[in-house]
Amino acid sequence: MLRYIMKRLIAMVITLWFIVTLTFFLMHSIPGSPFNEERATSEAVQRNLESFYNLDKPLYVQYFSYMKSVVTLDFGPSIKKPSQSVNDMLSRGFPVSFELGIVTLVVAIISGITLGVIAALRHNGFIDYLAMTIAVLGISIPNFVLATMLIQQLAVNVPIFPVATWSSPMHMVLPTLALATGPMAIIARLTRSSMMEVLTQDYIRTARAKGLSPVKIVFRHALRNALLPVVTVLGTLAASILTGTFVIEKIFAIPGMGKYFVESINTRDYPVIMGTTVFYSAILIIMLFLVDIAYGILDPRIKLHKKEGS
Amino acid sequence: MEKVLEVKDLHVTFSTYGGEVKAVRGVSFDLHKGETLAIVGESGCGKSVTSQSIMRLIPSPPGRIASGSVLYKGKDLAKISEKEMRKIRGADISMIFQDPMTALNPTLTIGKQLVEGIIQHDGSPKEKAKKRALEMLNLVGIPDPEMRFKNYPHEFSGGMRQRIVIAMALVCEPEILIADEPTTALDVTIQAQILDLFKEIQRKTNVSIILITHDLGVVAQVADRIAVMYAGKIVEAGNRREIFYKPQHPYTKGLLQSVPRLDLEGEDLVPIMGSPPDLFSPPVGCPFTARCDFAMEVCDKAYPFKTHLTKEHHVDCWLQDKRAQKMLSAAK
Amino acid sequence: MELHKRDNRNISPEIPDDWFAPKNKNQEQAEAVVRPSLSYWQDAWNRLVKNKLAMTGLIFLILLTIMAFLGPAISPHSGSQQQLANQNLAPSSDYWFGTDELGRDVFTRVWQGAQVSLFVGLAAALIDFAIGVAYGGIAGYKGGKTDNFMMRIVEILYGLPYLLVVILISVVMGPGLFTIIFALTITGWVGMARIVRGQVLQVKNYEFVMASKTFGTKTGRIIRKNLLPNTMGPIIVQMTLTVPSAIFAEAFLSFLGLGIQPPLASWGSMANDALSAILTGHWWRLFFPALLISLTMFSFNVLGDGLQDALDPKLRR
Repeated sequence: MLRYIMKRLIAMVITLWFIVTLTFFLMHSIPGSPFNEERATSEAVQRNLESFYNLDKPLYVQYFSYMKSVVTLDFGPSIKKPSQSVNDMLSRGFPVSFELGIVTLVVAIISGITLGVIAALRHNGFIDYLAMTIAVLGISIPNFVLATMLIQQLAVNVPIFPVATWSSPMHMVLPTLALATGPMAIIARLTRSSMMEVLTQDYIRTARAKGLSPVKIVFRHALRNALLPVVTVLGTLAASILTGTFVIEKIFAIPGMGKYFVESINTRDYPVIMGTTVFYSAILIIMLFLVDIAYGILDPRIKLHKKEGS
Repeated sequence: MEKVLEVKDLHVTFSTYGGEVKAVRGVSFDLHKGETLAIVGESGCGKSVTSQSIMRLIPSPPGRIASGSVLYKGKDLAKISEKEMRKIRGADISMIFQDPMTALNPTLTIGKQLVEGIIQHDGSPKEKAKKRALEMLNLVGIPDPEMRFKNYPHEFSGGMRQRIVIAMALVCEPEILIADEPTTALDVTIQAQILDLFKEIQRKTNVSIILITHDLGVVAQVADRIAVMYAGKIVEAGNRREIFYKPQHPYTKGLLQSVPRLDLEGEDLVPIMGSPPDLFSPPVGCPFTARCDFAMEVCDKAYPFKTHLTKEHHVDCWLQDKRAQKMLSAAK
Repeated sequence: MELHKRDNRNISPEIPDDWFAPKNKNQEQAEAVVRPSLSYWQDAWNRLVKNKLAMTGLIFLILLTIMAFLGPAISPHSGSQQQLANQNLAPSSDYWFGTDELGRDVFTRVWQGAQVSLFVGLAAALIDFAIGVAYGGIAGYKGGKTDNFMMRIVEILYGLPYLLVVILISVVMGPGLFTIIFALTITGWVGMARIVRGQVLQVKNYEFVMASKTFGTKTGRIIRKNLLPNTMGPIIVQMTLTVPSAIFAEAFLSFLGLGIQPPLASWGSMANDALSAILTGHWWRLFFPALLISLTMFSFNVLGDGLQDALDPKLRR
């Protein structure tokens, strides 16, 4: 177990290093400096700025100094808003984004699994078709369209929910709904197909042959096995929720990380882009790692110290 | 002998998108207290479907019991409610399936899987159920049951798993045990051990066993009576001696000739040519006609009547008709 | 009982005596295969046709492709001509889907957008297919150290957050059609490579492949004749699902301002431009591109599901 975790940790560090390096060189491959666009700055000011941001040093020096700052978790100042450091933005935006992400994840998991299980048990019945129609619709509508429609219907036309900012539970309803629908649909479809597969397994027949009630068969024997494949996609799902937050935070004017990220893309604020990308990647990679560990705990057949077991 | 189960004219069909498959077409047999009845036949002959229909475990839809009855203790299992049937499953009639590797839930300990059946049926407290489960593991020959109680299925070998499956089936002391190819997935040496275990358990608990198999070697070792199934029908049945030494149906003879035997040295194995008929549209006459060496005009035209040779031995074959005997001897 | 006596065998009077003549039979009849055998693809096709939802998807996609080319041609208006007098007109007999804020005909633009969106989706799927099959095929077929090394690289790439990489590359290269396709495929092929490798590993150990190996068949031929047909199912399903996710990703990039740039338009960029329009009541500007994205996603998804069921040999009965 410990060896497996160590191995995974090392792989995580390598992936992260890869991302940091990739990000760094991609950003520096852009022709010209970020300062000679838009604002007409004098040559002296520009040189000053470049030296402040280390842009006048050779590339490898910049690379190492950047690596150093990443390791010490200091992403430096923003170029477009010099009064703010990237760290400021992250520490201000992260708690909000985290809250939105977690609430969404929980809503998506609970509703998705419920929908999927019900659909599987009523296979080919009305409820199955209804649930799967909802699920396919959820996958089919881009979240920015859904968010806009929700605002139009439930905030403008019929003002039930407030929009913009992130201050009360009522403010959370629409963004969460807009963000959770897609992942919920994915979970529901996966749960359904996996549940249906599990229900045809021999051990389910054994359980029936014991005279167990359908409820016990579903909850004791089927559900846990059916959820294993669902667990494996949680990592990628977290990723899609995360990128979804860019959209949702911008539309609902939620002061999270995603808003800063989108703004930094629009203004080409490279330190912010780099910092947030690295930060997001780190979160995602940690999520994937946690999912792997969770999978190992849920499935007794996986021996975590034997990597080939999966 | 006391009859514990009576199957009468059972018909089971499966509706697939290609049409109705008539998997079991009028099967009747009795099962007596403490005996082992073997149902033999090649794959697809309906033997597994028959056994699963008794337990009402055929996947439904697409499968359904079209007609016939399964009488157990005055109840027709084909007609009682699902809830009543659940009380019988595992408690009165138990079932063991072919593949021990997949018959156990991989994510539950074997202890939990053993105990849940007991708790379901007699509502014993956990401790008592556990004690009973441990006794059962001991009986089926799991060494150190106390220790292994908390193990997961993948931590056992195939033979051990099959013992656990047997323990699970017997834990509520059922009257009937249906074993569907219980040794097919196992090594030959393990097979013999499991068969011995069946005999031992039968001696100790007087359970009646229905053994579904295609392996005549297995049948010879444990069966008291044998029913030979072909294309959804029992074509011949009798006690072990009768079937092995005086087989009447050409199919039964063919089956016996296709098994290697040490006592008949020098004789070649004779395979049965061809394959069973399509059960989407089973033939009107005897389904074995196309593969039978003694086929006559009548065989295609009408299904043979049942001929009783002894109290237990009966066969469905036109060769039993006197006129066929004349024809056969004339042909010689 | 009488019945038990051997000499009392039942003679059925209703059966005529002359039926008891030996049957005239030929051996082939016994050996004849009783069920008509269909090829794998015929069988899969038959099953797909029976799946109403999947067929609905397929038919919609065919119609969509036709309209993508026919639509702009049958429309009386050009998609790029700006007519400030005709800003934000609601759908009418003249402008079937209304006009946008620059007075352009939404009907025409939506089908031109279909060309771009479908092109992005199909290009991404085809490139993923080409790279993924080659890479995964070689890794799976060679096995051993080669496989190990190649899969390490895949693992690292797989760990990268897909959309973040896409965003980064789009930022660096500057938005545009080529950038989008490049960004979507640079890590997108990894999923396909993993699937192909898994399939190849599985099929490689099938007996018939072993058999052709022992006959000394060349590697290339084995891959073409044995491995590919047997791995085609999951590959086709994966491709069916790549197209909509690429279209979706393009829409997402459009939202970030990194999508298709004017004068070209995709559904994503049209929907994004129209987000604010919905609050001013010009619903048609968002409705039509969003509807087409959703219908396309829906169609590809149900078709993919249908194909998955149809191509799964396990489900063959």
